[in-house]
Amino acid sequence: MVSDAERAGSRGEALSTMDAICEWLAATPLSQTIAGVGWIIPAVQTAHILAVATVLTSVLMIDRRLIQAGGRDPSMAWVARRFLPFIWWPLPVLLLTGLTLIVGEPARTLKNPEFFLKMGLLLAALLVTLACQLPMRRDPDFWHRRSARRWAARLLAIASLLLFAGIAIAGRWIAYTQSN
Amino acid sequence: MLHQLLQSLHDSTVATAIREGESLFPWIESVHVLAVTLVIGSIAIVDLRLLGLASRDRSVLQTTALALPVTWCAFAIAVISGALMFSSNALVYARNPFLQAKMLLIIGAGLNMAIYHLVSARHASGWRSPELTPRRARIAGAISLGLWIAIAACGRWIGFTLHTPP
Repeated sequence: MVSDAERAGSRGEALSTMDAICEWLAATPLSQTIAGVGWIIPAVQTAHILAVATVLTSVLMIDRRLIQAGGRDPSMAWVARRFLPFIWWPLPVLLLTGLTLIVGEPARTLKNPEFFLKMGLLLAALLVTLACQLPMRRDPDFWHRRSARRWAARLLAIASLLLFAGIAIAGRWIAYTQSN
Repeated sequence: MLHQLLQSLHDSTVATAIREGESLFPWIESVHVLAVTLVIGSIAIVDLRLLGLASRDRSVLQTTALALPVTWCAFAIAVISGALMFSSNALVYARNPFLQAKMLLIIGAGLNMAIYHLVSARHASGWRSPELTPRRARIAGAISLGLWIAIAACGRWIGFTLHTPP
């Protein structure tokens, strides 16, 4: 949480540009419709959360399987085939619903440190997901073939779980760190 | 009687700490959101298999064995974190129509699941492919999916309707 004094002290060129962007966005008819029609924001947030549920559950299923070594059922190949697409294809839904929420209440997000923390965590989480996924394209059992790889996979899986959980937590905190 | 119960819940040490603490409520809410996403996501894995829309190459029992341990752990965390949030402002939450609807829908989802497990799924060991999955199981999956989406929506709406007078 940033105190008012700190916030006032950090007001520089970048923030005033952001202020201008937020003011301009908030004045558009689209923004005023989203903010003015009572059910739009909770409905869009519900869609956003359902897409988050799809991503987080898929991440958990894959990371859990990465952490377990050996030839258990279901195979790593099956888990990756079943759940990897459900990490990636909710992303357009999240982008669209997220953008709707930003347009509706620009200052709530664009002037909020938690929002940028969330975006940073998202970037890191997607990079970790790619690092797990790309070697599995050629060989689904890549991460379970050697002892050193098994440990690397466990570290990646734990990093992935923490990053994706952090995204959801930072997302909820956006509601509590609004600047005025 | 109910009023007294809610009032004493509201006055309890834990509820007071959550209400007056700077960041306790947002942290508990964050845990609640995380747990709820995993409850809904893991139940959806089973529902989509019952409907024949995903995990088509696995049996229903293989799918429930994969997903339901996650569901139960996450559900326990969601109930505890939800109860803590409720206690912090028990009288106001108890009056909220979306919270009341959410509780009814959760009971409905529980009944749907109980009927499925006790009656419909007695022969589930034979449901190796979507073609072998009977209609009553598909219906249970569709009901469950619909109820849990409505539960998520009610949960989100609670936050928007707390300050409006009844």
